[in-house]
Amino acid sequence: MSSAVTAGGRARRRTAPTRVPYAFLTPAVIFFVLFLLLPIGYTVYLSLRREHVSGLGLGAGARKEIFVGLANYRAALHDSELWRSAGRVLVYGGLLVPTMLALALLFALLLDVPRTRWRRFSRVAIFLPYAVPAVIASLLWGFLYLPSVSPIQWVLEKVGVHDVDLLSSTTIYFSLANIALWGGVGFNMIVMYTALRAVPREIYESARIDGASEVQIALRIKIPLITPALIMTGVFSTIATLQVFSEPTTLRPLTNSLSTTWTPLMKIYQDAFARDDIYSAAATSIVLAGITLVFSFGFLRLLQARAFGQER
Amino acid sequence: MKLALGAKLMAVVLGASLLAACSSGSGNSTTNQKVELTFWSWVPGIDKVVDMWNTAHPDIHVTVSKQAQGDEELTKVLTANQAGTPPDLFQAEYQALPTMVSNGVAADIKKYTTSAQSAFAPGVWQTVTLGTDAVYGIPQDSGPMMLYYRKDIFDSMGLQVPTTWDQFAQVAAQVRQKDKTKYLTTFSSGDPGWFAGLAQQAGSSWWGVNGTTWKVTINDAATQKVADYWGNLVKNGLIDKQPMYTPEWNKALNDGTLIAWPSAVWAPGVLAGNAADTKGKWAMAPMPQWNAGDNKTGSWGGSSTAIAAKSKHIAQAVQFAVWLNTDQAATSALVTNGGIYPAATAAQSGPALAQPPDFFSSQTDFYSLAKQIAGTAVGVTWGPDVNVTYATYKDAFAAAITNGTPFTGAVDTMQQDTVNDMKKNGFTVSSG
Repeated sequence: MSSAVTAGGRARRRTAPTRVPYAFLTPAVIFFVLFLLLPIGYTVYLSLRREHVSGLGLGAGARKEIFVGLANYRAALHDSELWRSAGRVLVYGGLLVPTMLALALLFALLLDVPRTRWRRFSRVAIFLPYAVPAVIASLLWGFLYLPSVSPIQWVLEKVGVHDVDLLSSTTIYFSLANIALWGGVGFNMIVMYTALRAVPREIYESARIDGASEVQIALRIKIPLITPALIMTGVFSTIATLQVFSEPTTLRPLTNSLSTTWTPLMKIYQDAFARDDIYSAAATSIVLAGITLVFSFGFLRLLQARAFGQER
Repeated sequence: MKLALGAKLMAVVLGASLLAACSSGSGNSTTNQKVELTFWSWVPGIDKVVDMWNTAHPDIHVTVSKQAQGDEELTKVLTANQAGTPPDLFQAEYQALPTMVSNGVAADIKKYTTSAQSAFAPGVWQTVTLGTDAVYGIPQDSGPMMLYYRKDIFDSMGLQVPTTWDQFAQVAAQVRQKDKTKYLTTFSSGDPGWFAGLAQQAGSSWWGVNGTTWKVTINDAATQKVADYWGNLVKNGLIDKQPMYTPEWNKALNDGTLIAWPSAVWAPGVLAGNAADTKGKWAMAPMPQWNAGDNKTGSWGGSSTAIAAKSKHIAQAVQFAVWLNTDQAATSALVTNGGIYPAATAAQSGPALAQPPDFFSSQTDFYSLAKQIAGTAVGVTWGPDVNVTYATYKDAFAAAITNGTPFTGAVDTMQQDTVNDMKKNGFTVSSG
């Protein structure tokens, strides 16, 4: 079997050498089509349809799938709850993304200072929370937030601070951002740190000879040189923020402050699986994907000129 | 060489997919002699009960697949049905049955169940007929509601067990006066089934069938009364407002911060798991009544065994479902292994329920009292989109609690949302 294939292959090689790259691409293309294009296509298809019930809706054949054009999109765009959830995510992202990137950058710069000790240990210690799945992290933090089971609350009570509700409708933003921060700083730090290690050491040497302090080197040389890495982490964090789901979903049963539609993705999940309306959910998914695209491309556009200017 | 490698890769991929096709094809060909049934359920120890069946019935073999409880299994069954491969039998909560029927998942099994009907009380049987002529499942367990309270704390605080909701509110106030660290109970925005049971007790039926029209009356006077009552308790700080089934709630039950729980007959199992330190300290009484002298209760939970319309062996599946839920040995095994409260009337005084639950060892009349209470549970018709109503309950009541708005508004939101959803889907609906 295999020799026949090899022989056939040799014969073909002489006549059509240009097919070789396609043969190599085939597995990737198959998977790309099967697991990305087809699902996206199916989502678009579903988003244009709806189930229609007649009468009581009981008995066989009472439900029919019908074509409804853009009605699901119109409903999604006019859904005030979707925009409210988007607003909540903006507040959450406004808290999270700058803090997370600033901390990650700070840690990366500190690790890159020549005199830093325990470098390997610190790197692993800061990175480790990233290895904890978001659901587990949220359960863990959930315990720390609930008043009567939380050691944080216990300590606060002992020092005379009473009735701090970490899950109230305002503090919930900070509590949620904190979970993502805990998990995300390490990853972003590694990306920035790797970019820093790729900078030729001679640049720092000449800066030092010119009399630059470590702080000046960090601000004037390191940060400008790793701007592409900063932008990349910025885009990734923004996308992750727009799609936040696991943390609020896991914390939701613990508090009255989180609704089942607190973030856009939770709303989509709710529509698809709690309300059995995959058609609206599909339309809203496409809308969310569109918004995410606009956000990330807008962000890139905004910064591209500065960051990659020298590459043009 | 390069092409050869590429071609080999292709061959491997193709070969593998052929193999996969072969192995999935061979599954269907062996079902001629022996009927194979799949069964999705979340009842603990259900595999042991099914083993009893498999030993006694070599020609019908049932394979259990353990599932997550409630909505998660519902979603999975709906998805599997859409993919064309639902399990032959599945556990369906009563309020989920209409959704299953309306999506064409659950089969009408009326012609196989003529003899089984007599094993159940009419109110229980109604939940599997949905008030129509069809039959969509065999009832398995029921969840009549009753009041659980910490007998030791009630005694030491000098509290009377309330028999009406007015008294319940008075006791709630007394608890706050006597001990600021304690609450009588909590109002949970996380448990719509609990609130539905409370509303049923007050005489509300959220859905009804009138010819070919669904009647939706979630914000009827009875439900408004219940919502208003609990809203006032929360507003005046007489009861707690944290959701149930959280680590916080477990601790509050365990350390005596919460001292009563209007719950269902299956509560001993929950308390044993979540508040292990309080063993033997609880007692059970009938639910407080809206009018003194009344004798009514609602239901929280309860489920049936339903059969998939796409199953190839519906007759055999019904045969198994009837055995599982009415046979003396099977229901006894369900009680001992699964901790369920059987829906079949005879099973409610079966040998497995002669002793009180371990956690309530001091209340010797637990199950005879439970059987009495079960007989006072009002019948109920569920609608085809209980999932929407329940989802709205969680958000509307959570918002009402956080914003301090009246609970009656949350009930109105549930009504509106449910009716809108049904209209959008094309159901014929009338409100009230």
